Formats: sequence, C-alpha cells, structure tokens
Amino acid sequence: MTDETKDIDQYSGVETTGHSWDGIKELNNPLPRWWLYVWYMSIAWAIVYMILMPAIPALPGLGTNTKGLRGHSDRAEVAKAVTELKTARDAQSVVLLDAGLETIETDRTLQQFALAMGESAFGDNCATCHGAGGRGAIGYPALADDVWLWDGSLDGIEYTIRHGIRHDTDDGTRFSAMPAFGRDGLLKRSEVDDLAQYVLSLSGRSEDSDAVARAAPIFQQQCSTCHGENGTGDRTQGAPNLTDAEWLYGGRVADIEATIYNARNSHMPAWDDRLDDATIKAIAVYVHSLGGGE
Amino acid sequence: MSIMNKHGLLERHSLLLTVGILVVVSIGGLIQMAPLAYMDNTIEKVDGMRPYTPLELMGRDIYVREGCYVCHSQMVRPLRDEVERYGHYSLAAESMYDHPFQWGSKRTGPDLARVGGKYSAEWQVDHLKDPRALVPESVMPPYAFLADKKLNFDRIAERLRTERMLGVPYTDEMIENAEGHLYAQADPDEKGYDHLDSLLEQYDGASGREGSVEFRDYDGDPGRVTEMDAIVAYLQMTGTLVDFSTYEADDLSNRR
Repeated sequence: MTDETKDIDQYSGVETTGHSWDGIKELNNPLPRWWLYVWYMSIAWAIVYMILMPAIPALPGLGTNTKGLRGHSDRAEVAKAVTELKTARDAQSVVLLDAGLETIETDRTLQQFALAMGESAFGDNCATCHGAGGRGAIGYPALADDVWLWDGSLDGIEYTIRHGIRHDTDDGTRFSAMPAFGRDGLLKRSEVDDLAQYVLSLSGRSEDSDAVARAAPIFQQQCSTCHGENGTGDRTQGAPNLTDAEWLYGGRVADIEATIYNARNSHMPAWDDRLDDATIKAIAVYVHSLGGGE
Repeated sequence: MSIMNKHGLLERHSLLLTVGILVVVSIGGLIQMAPLAYMDNTIEKVDGMRPYTPLELMGRDIYVREGCYVCHSQMVRPLRDEVERYGHYSLAAESMYDHPFQWGSKRTGPDLARVGGKYSAEWQVDHLKDPRALVPESVMPPYAFLADKKLNFDRIAERLRTERMLGVPYTDEMIENAEGHLYAQADPDEKGYDHLDSLLEQYDGASGREGSVEFRDYDGDPGRVTEMDAIVAYLQMTGTLVDFSTYEADDLSNRR
C-alpha cells in the first residue's frame, strides 16, 4: 500500500482501505456528515464551557482551578436564593415578629402569611412527632385539642418551640421530672397498682373502691404536689390533668401502672438554633390556630 | 500523512498496542483524579469533625447492613428548597471519616444528613420499632428486632484499627479503650461509668469543642447494649459535628 495509488472498488466507486483478506476488501466510506458536524460542535461547546465555567484544575502548588468568566458557584447561587427568599418574606416577617395575638387575628393578610409559613414549617419539622395537623400519637402530645401540658398561649407555645422540653443543652428549657415510683423503690408494687385505680377514679373509671380508698393518702402524699390535690394538674410544671379523658401515654390500667412505675419524661428538642425567629413565630401561630389556642 | 502510516506498527505489535491504549485511557482518569489528591480546596477546612465513637461506628455499620442508604440519602444539596427543609448544605468534610460515604442517590424517605438532634432519641426508637404508629403514611419497614439484638462488638478495637489504616485519625488510646468507650456512651451510669471521662476527653478533644458526644441509654433498656442503642447513637450524631459558627461559607476557597 502506498499513498500514490488509491484502490477504488470497481462496483461502488468508493475507495477501499487497501487491506485484503482472502481477496475481500473493506470500503472506506466517509463518516456521515451530520454525525461529524455534531461531533465538531460538541468539541467547540466543550471549549466554550471550559472558558465560561470553573473547569481546569491547576498544577500542584499553583492554586485551585480556573474560575471561568461567569465565576459560577453553586454555593453562591444557593446563598443568593436563600437571601432572596428571606427578603421576600422580610416585610411581613418583621411585622409578624412584633405582632401580638390580637393583631394577627384581625390582620387577615398577616394571619394568612403566618399560617401558610407555619403550616409548611410544621410539616417539615413537627409533624414527624406530633402528626399531620397536630393529631398527636401515644407519647407525643396532640396539639389540635385544648389540653395543654405547659402553656397554650401564643407566647407560651413559642417559648416551648424555642427551648424545647427537657432539652439538656438549653438552659431555658421547660423542665420537670416525675420520679419512677416503682423502679426507684419509692412505692411498693401493690401501692402502684392501688394508685393506678385512684388515678382512674379521678375520671370516674375505677371499679375497685377498696384500692381507691387505700391509695387516697398515698396520692395526697406523693402526687398532689405536682398533680394537685384534686388531680387537676399544674401547668407551671407540666404536670398533666388526671381528671380528663386525655391520656398522653395511654389510659388503660396497664398504661397508668407503667407510667407510675417507670415514670414518663419525654423530650422535645429546642428549635432555637435550627429555625429562624419568624419561622418559629409562624409555627406558634399555626399551632395556636389548630383548635386549642388560648 | 506519514505519521498516519505508522499505525501499522501499533497494529502489528500487541504489546505496544496495549501500552498505547493504557496511556490514552489514563489521560482522562488522571485529569479527573490527580487534582483531588493535591488541591487545597478538595476538602474545605472545618472545625469540629472528629472520628466516630465506637458506638456510633457500630451504629453506622448497622445503618449500612440494613441498607438504609437505599431509601435515605445523606447529602443536603446546595439548592434553596433543600437548605430550607434540611439545613445547611452538606460539606465534603462531613463525610471524610466515612468508609464508604452514605450520600446515596434515592430518597424514598427524607435525607438524613442532618437528622441528628432533630427529633428526640425516644422518637427515633419508637419510630424504628414501628414507623406507622407515628407516621401513618410511612412505607418504611419496622426495625423492632434491633432493640432485641445484643450489639456484637467483640472486635471493636480491630474495627477502629481498620479505620485508622484507611486514614481516620484514631489514637492509640482510642483503640485501646474502644470497648470501655462504647460502654461509656451507651451505659454511662453503670458499666461505662469509669470510662466516661476518657471518652469525652478523647473525642471532644478530637472535635475541639465540648458536647460533641452524647452519652445515655438510648433504647430504654439500660442493662443491655443493643443494636438499637448503636444506630440511634449514630443517627443522633449525624450532621451535628461541624461547627457552622466558624465555617466561612463566603470564603472564596469554599466557593464551588
């Protein structure tokens, strides 16, 4: 094979590669034009892209990489987008932060703003435990009713969100601790069982009047400091009302016995560091609006 | 045209052809990989990252074993909606002690990169035992058996040593006391009581700030160290190590 003599196939008139295997030759057809041009354009685009966007890493010791004419940065973009969002909300956020309950309830636009923001933030952060719409679950208080363990006012709800409940690392957290009467040996098993009957009797559900009578002095001695002499609870220390039909940890005899025996001291994280002020206020407004706000 | 005609040389010598292919293919690979090894901004400087404690490491192994990454990513992308929902976008440095990393690529469930401390440990336990009791619309399978299974950590020191081979800066003291440290985190009142100070000194020391290690009984069964203890300890730590108060997102070297 030499450069000078092109081997042309006599039937198709196309040049062959010049190789011959057992007398069979391969045609050397050119690449399809459309394919070739798309390929050239891709190469051209790659060069343009490398000039515009961060692309080429520097050699060792010579800095980082080319930044490109556009100076694009995903992280700068997201910072910008978040700032834009904040600015868009700011006008109303500022008003919301200073507004009291009455202002929010009379100002339709402000209320709608707070509820929309509160509902979506609640869905992202709170509904996981408190359920969609604040319906609650065993061990996780329902927020859609008017039973409050601590404080059902707008400010009180905001405080709870901000500082959490029994959140060790927050100095302002709402804190109280029920003793584990059985596990820590403060009461005998039989006394715990009697007390459970007494607690049931507070909502008129006990059928064991002997046990209730036996437990009455124990209740006054051990439980009334927090839950009150009549068992109506004390919100300043998060002691639940025992006379109503709401049972955070279940209202069956076994549940109540287990609560007295082991105590229940559940934990809600503080959201002060995670969410911004306006979002916390908006969630408070939303929770307040669910049905039981005071 | 003359150089084109030398092609026959390559085609007739298979060894030469092999070497030629290797050279051409390496160019692409080298350009992609080599800069990662020397560029300063491949991993940004952050405060607070520390090696995982033995209990967290065991929890991470369970996370991998159970295939949590199939449905949960651990990568908050730099997009507005993600940052709104999950918090600060993930940094490469946050995965620097992960072998392998758990970024994942599919979100049937939510991203878990910053789930640490978002919910109470009790919630994590209740939810792992029976997800639908708390989130009725969830499709996550229950993992109640983790609370029954005793954590097997016979080889915890070797496990740490392996991680050290891969570049995780575990100290000799961390490796020697691995078992004690594990007990100290999961059972700080009883079995691990004597090792608690050492645990905090070593790992808070590595992190450079106090409070980087949470220690408590996680599964509500203080007498036993179960797999539930380990995985919840791991989950409650994820995304909490980096100190974002000192991280300068605007710094040019952190722009990408």
